[in-house]
Amino acid sequence: MSRAIRLERQNRRLLWRLGVAAVAMFGFGFLLVPFYEKICEVTGINQLLRPEHAGVFNTQVDASRTVIVQFDANTHDLPWRFEPQTRSMRVHPGELVQVAYEVSNVRGEPVTGQAVPSYGPQLAGQFFRKMECFCFQQQTLDAGERRLMPVVFVVDPALPAEVHTVTLSYTFFEVEGRRQTSEAPPPKAGPRQRTS
Amino acid sequence: MAAVIPDPLDHHHHHTPSGLMRWLTTTNHKDIGTMYLIFSFVMFLSGGVMALTIRAELFQPGLQVVQPEFFNQLTTMHGLVMVFGAIMPAFVGFANWQIPLMIGASDMAFARMNNWSFWLLPPAAILLLGSFFVPGGATAAGWTLYAPLSVQMGMGMDFAIFAIHIMGLSSIMGAINIVVTILNMRAPGMTMMKMPLFCWTWLITAYLLIAVMPVLAGAVTMILTDRHFGTSFFNAAGGGDPVMYQHIFWFFGHPEVYIMILPAFGIVSQIIPAFARKPLFGYASMVYATASIAILSFVVWAHHMFTTGMPATGQLFFMYATMLIAVPTGVKVFNWVATMWRGSLSFEPPMLWATGFIFVFTMGGFTGLICAIAPIDIQVQDTYYVVAHFHYVLVAGSLFALFAGAYYWLPKWTGHMPSERLGKLHFWCSLVFFNVTFFPMHFLGLAGMPRRIPDYALQFADFNALASVGAFGFGLSQLIFLAAVVKCVRGGKPAPAKPWDGAEGLEWTVPSPAPYHTFEDAPLVK
Repeated sequence: MSRAIRLERQNRRLLWRLGVAAVAMFGFGFLLVPFYEKICEVTGINQLLRPEHAGVFNTQVDASRTVIVQFDANTHDLPWRFEPQTRSMRVHPGELVQVAYEVSNVRGEPVTGQAVPSYGPQLAGQFFRKMECFCFQQQTLDAGERRLMPVVFVVDPALPAEVHTVTLSYTFFEVEGRRQTSEAPPPKAGPRQRTS
Repeated sequence: MAAVIPDPLDHHHHHTPSGLMRWLTTTNHKDIGTMYLIFSFVMFLSGGVMALTIRAELFQPGLQVVQPEFFNQLTTMHGLVMVFGAIMPAFVGFANWQIPLMIGASDMAFARMNNWSFWLLPPAAILLLGSFFVPGGATAAGWTLYAPLSVQMGMGMDFAIFAIHIMGLSSIMGAINIVVTILNMRAPGMTMMKMPLFCWTWLITAYLLIAVMPVLAGAVTMILTDRHFGTSFFNAAGGGDPVMYQHIFWFFGHPEVYIMILPAFGIVSQIIPAFARKPLFGYASMVYATASIAILSFVVWAHHMFTTGMPATGQLFFMYATMLIAVPTGVKVFNWVATMWRGSLSFEPPMLWATGFIFVFTMGGFTGLICAIAPIDIQVQDTYYVVAHFHYVLVAGSLFALFAGAYYWLPKWTGHMPSERLGKLHFWCSLVFFNVTFFPMHFLGLAGMPRRIPDYALQFADFNALASVGAFGFGLSQLIFLAAVVKCVRGGKPAPAKPWDGAEGLEWTVPSPAPYHTFEDAPLVK
């Protein structure tokens, strides 16, 4: 009998240890989030939202070369009107350029959004240095507010010679958690909902 | 959760409820094993119907049978149902039936918890399958549920998330039970290195389950809070990153594929020696190979993500680490072949399935090596080549081993020999139709046909028609298995305690069918 009781005690002890291990692994899943961010920070991958003047690069203007920079603007489920004031311009690599985007909130309440940049060709991204950009912070627009937002950038002269055109494209996403309203949120992602 | 311990005062005058209550309240490992096996077969058939609907749509170019949105739901649900509903519970069913019998224990360590782990599954399955009927339909984000798509789906996604939570809880409870049973409940004299290999592979699988199922639960919880509670884990606008979802998912996902194959290795390692009438070649190396596969599985996850813009050093690391797994896997394959070498082989249905397993699983392993090479993977990523690869290892690997094990242990479970004619017919139909279905997919993938798309370019038409014919053949062949099992349960040639003359192990020392209570007094293993 005592052997059976001892066995039961051993079993329970192991049960608790393994149970704690399972709970700890659940926590580990969430720990992967800061870990991932740290790795990206250390290796410099995926830093879309930070100024990119880190590191020394050649700031001499290369007047012998001209690159066409195109500006594009999109919104994702956001009640904003968002467009660039300049659609396309010719710049010399190394030259400091300032452009502006115009944005207005057409909803009758304040909305917070975040712009995420992307580049075409993708390769150009690492040679496109943004000194100042509205995409570095979340932007909150009051109801009906209209705003001009600047972007200051330099195209790195190290841009590969075969790249003649760079497209800078911004997409504004709504930051849902920051919506300053007590109303129920509208249904999400309309086009993806369907009836079968 | 009363631990089941041999209690000489109790087991003579307990009463068993009859009818439905018996199955709802049972704590007997054999009853629970049977329920797991029936449940997984039902899920296997429902996942199969989804697969056949997919193949019917892909029989010809253009859209004939289903709409694209529904097609996406089918591919997603086929994957979820087969992985979490069919393959994993089937192996747990085998573990429940066989592990106590193999190590000479009277039952699982926590019999009541065992009952809970099973009865969590049917509600989860109802949630998952029921999501087809909610507005917006079932989740269509692929079985991997990648963000941002999974953050944007309708309420079918929430159903899937809760179903995964419940099934994960069930797996973790089952895994803890198996670890405790194997570590603490072995008969006197049954040392770790005398344990049947099926117990070893399940012990390691159970550790993997405890380590990674909670991570999946965490990942889908993050999706849930991103969807409804304003967090931004995977939402770029709020500072999150959808690629991070892939990292967390595959940190679970790669060990998960070994969770589905290691018990299969265990079953095959039981069957090959029995029908070669020789002891398993390299028992200790099999144990170490299983353990190294399990450990390596934690450092290879990003080979599923070569095209996400990883730095070249990352690609190289994951590429070499992945190829390293071929070494312990190769050890296993060579050990099986060496066990068969100069054995006095006979090919009853279990051996046919096990031999078929080695042959077809190895092909799947080789295409896996090809996919592991980063520059090739960038070409074949998300094409039918990948579909062919993982069906060769999951269908011809896990599923074939499950069938092998079923034919091997059916005499012990039912007391009757399964029909050899039906077993052989089932095997040959499955083997031929399996290859007719999935072999052409290699060519389709190399030619660039993308997966998860309901329509395709005209040049892919012939191979797709062939694959669809094969798929219907394969699906219908599984009805032979149903017939063979039903026939075997209802009657047939009575099975002796040890129906296979080369078989070794404690499970063959009890009569067939195994009595309701076995090893109340632990046997002595010399």
